[in-house]
Amino acid sequence: MPTSHEHAIGALAKPVLEVSNLEAAYGRIQVLHGINIKVGEGQLISLVGANGAGKTTLLKAISGLIEVTGGTITLFGDAITTAPPDRRVRAGISLVPEGRQVFAPLSVEDNLRLGAYTRRDNEREIDLERMYELFPILKQRRRLAAGMLSGGQQQMLAIARALMARPKVLLLDEPSMGLAPRLVQEIFEVISNCKSKGIPILLVEQNALAALSIADYAYVLETGKVTVEGTGPELMRDDKVQQAYLGM
Amino acid sequence: MKTFIRPSVLIVIFVLCMLPFAFPNAYIVDVAIRICLAGIVAIGLNLLMGFAGQVSIGHAAFVALGAYASGVATIRYGWSPLFALAVGAVGVAVLAYLVAKPILRLRDHTLTMATLGLGIIVHMVLVNEVAWTGGPDGMAVGPMKIGDWVLKGEMSWYALVACLLVLAIVISLNLFSSPAGRALRALHGSEVAAAVMGVNVPSFKVRVFVLSAVFASIAGSLTAHYNSFITPSLAGFMPSVELATMVVVGGMASTFGVVLGACLVVGLPQVFGGFEGFEMVFFGLALMLTVIFMPKGIVPSFAQRFAKRKS
Repeated sequence: MPTSHEHAIGALAKPVLEVSNLEAAYGRIQVLHGINIKVGEGQLISLVGANGAGKTTLLKAISGLIEVTGGTITLFGDAITTAPPDRRVRAGISLVPEGRQVFAPLSVEDNLRLGAYTRRDNEREIDLERMYELFPILKQRRRLAAGMLSGGQQQMLAIARALMARPKVLLLDEPSMGLAPRLVQEIFEVISNCKSKGIPILLVEQNALAALSIADYAYVLETGKVTVEGTGPELMRDDKVQQAYLGM
Repeated sequence: MKTFIRPSVLIVIFVLCMLPFAFPNAYIVDVAIRICLAGIVAIGLNLLMGFAGQVSIGHAAFVALGAYASGVATIRYGWSPLFALAVGAVGVAVLAYLVAKPILRLRDHTLTMATLGLGIIVHMVLVNEVAWTGGPDGMAVGPMKIGDWVLKGEMSWYALVACLLVLAIVISLNLFSSPAGRALRALHGSEVAAAVMGVNVPSFKVRVFVLSAVFASIAGSLTAHYNSFITPSLAGFMPSVELATMVVVGGMASTFGVVLGACLVVGLPQVFGGFEGFEMVFFGLALMLTVIFMPKGIVPSFAQRFAKRKS
């Protein structure tokens, strides 16, 4: 009988993204102290932790926005530790950055087309229509400048834009930040939806309850180290996690 | 090709064709030619400033380099003007490429300062290389010739530069809505987000810098033949600032806005010419008012107001 641990991460799910012993620093201040994380095929992995724990830094390191000082990042077994960001996007890593970062003066549709920037196939138009089906509000506002959308709509746009790249792994940085509770629920529905389509997801969230409840496996990050890890339900039962992050 | 039959382009072509019938005298034609030449440079600069958001106040350096390439090659070495223009453009492209690599690693104000420095260096070289450039006194340049046919008279010059202006407008409009144009506008908004969309940010900045330098070089070569005399002041600080002003006043990232900017910056001092020195005051005032009341530039501000009323 396999433990729940093996069940979630086990031999069944082939690793898509693997981060091992990753270290990163801003100037002389080290932020990540040897992080080990795996994202398997079709899995949703959550990463929870307080402000300044290094969650965003980890995502930036994975997408190539900052250089790492040690350790390796592999995608389908190929090392991408030192590849520039655009190469990583072509390899299949797509980031929904913190604070959405939509291209404010550009139209909604131009934002989506930019998401497919690295693709040269002929199905980009089909994917555009698919995004409009998934997010009807974006279709209504397709001609509008992205900066005119509400926060929730911008988040939808940021996710849709990332999906336009047909990512092999989707990185989400605080997608619920600054949104009203009803919208938070909507965003999490979108994330579950992506998961059910089989896209591996690495989700960084401060909303620990929501993040843990949809996660196959989760890590708790504290001051640049993974302190607790386990399946979503396991972590939700963990005393320390309950006290520190779930407010119970 | 599709861009040529856009209504906006057709209107521009129509206006440019009808203008000669409204020219009262050769002086106005001369102003129109200068507006077209400035418009070509400003459209190129807009690719860098308006699209990609990299502010340059040294762009007149590339105009001057194109002008001197044509001047030196045709007068000192006897090359044909068209060949000199092409070689000048290639040379400026190579130089811009070499300069862009280090310069575009800088951002915001530091980038602007670096482009300013570039302008000053080019100005100094032109002043000091007396054997080639004639130094501060400048040099005479022959007329534009294609084979044995000599381009002369204001109207033929007007026809040439008006065609080139339309061509520049079409190139700029095409780029605006192409994937490459979207990528440029994306890195204007957020370099981080552009990078995680897979845009190779450093390479794009370099390429647009080179492209805008080539626009400036070609217009510079033509200016040299048209003026038939060039001085190092072409690379001066004021011409660079005027170019940046055309882009900002007319409207960043708006191709037609920039053409309007060229009309205002080149045309207004002529209109105010009767004020004997005070024209600069009116000119400055007009600029200040635009920046205060229409910070996005004239054309985008009106377009926005118009769109609001429609919806």
